[in-house]
Amino acid sequence: MAAVLLIGSVMKFAIALFSAAHAPSSRRALLFAQAALAGGHEIVRLFFYQDGVYNAADSLVTPQDEQDLPQQWRAFVSDNQLDGVVCIAAALRRGVLNNEEAQRYQRSAVSVGAPWALSGLGQLHDAIQDADRLICFGGA
Amino acid sequence: MAKSLLLISRQAPWSGPSAREALDIVLAGGAFDLPIGLLFLDDGVLQLASGQNAKALQQKDLSANLQALPMFGVEDLYVCADSAAERGVATAALALDELNILSAPQIAALIDRYDQVITL
Repeated sequence: MAAVLLIGSVMKFAIALFSAAHAPSSRRALLFAQAALAGGHEIVRLFFYQDGVYNAADSLVTPQDEQDLPQQWRAFVSDNQLDGVVCIAAALRRGVLNNEEAQRYQRSAVSVGAPWALSGLGQLHDAIQDADRLICFGGA
Repeated sequence: MAKSLLLISRQAPWSGPSAREALDIVLAGGAFDLPIGLLFLDDGVLQLASGQNAKALQQKDLSANLQALPMFGVEDLYVCADSAAERGVATAALALDELNILSAPQIAALIDRYDQVITL
């Protein structure tokens, strides 16, 4: 059904990611997002929630012979000027802080920056309302 | 017209933050007056078991957040009858009032009624 709808019509996708950067579903999410743009479709927002917030962390160090997914996400979001939102509550709980939050909670480690924005769950609902399709990766 | 969202909550309450974070999506949707439903499926039905003792696990009780659902305008609450039966969770004494207890075919129809679905 979905495949049929995709042919010949431009779709607006909201993409939600719930799994950590080392999870295969996080890689599938990036591949899906790249394919969506390559197919001429629009991504209204990427929303990283639960362990998905780790995909936005600058502090992940990937072994040299493995794919650096957080770096690939950063490049993808920057190059395509996408709206990349990381849930602030999920990020705080997991120690993924931007400069502002690190100062607010007096923590020494800053692990997320541009192009990511830390914001609330309202941004997920807003994207769901705006999009033709919500596509989720990871989760149960 | 606003798009409707069904959240399918499949995690036990004490298996990490997943159940709480799933509920937070629902409460946020309710706060924005969006049409939102919540289905407890698989281990998610354990969130509804009565007589839980969060303190014994040094955890914060999830049931207070569940009780907040009607206050946030979330009234479309569903529980999978099979999941409850498999886990010995008595549907006569669940932690939430006004739950709709659904069979597998009814769940299929329920999912079909919603515009978007998130499973956590």
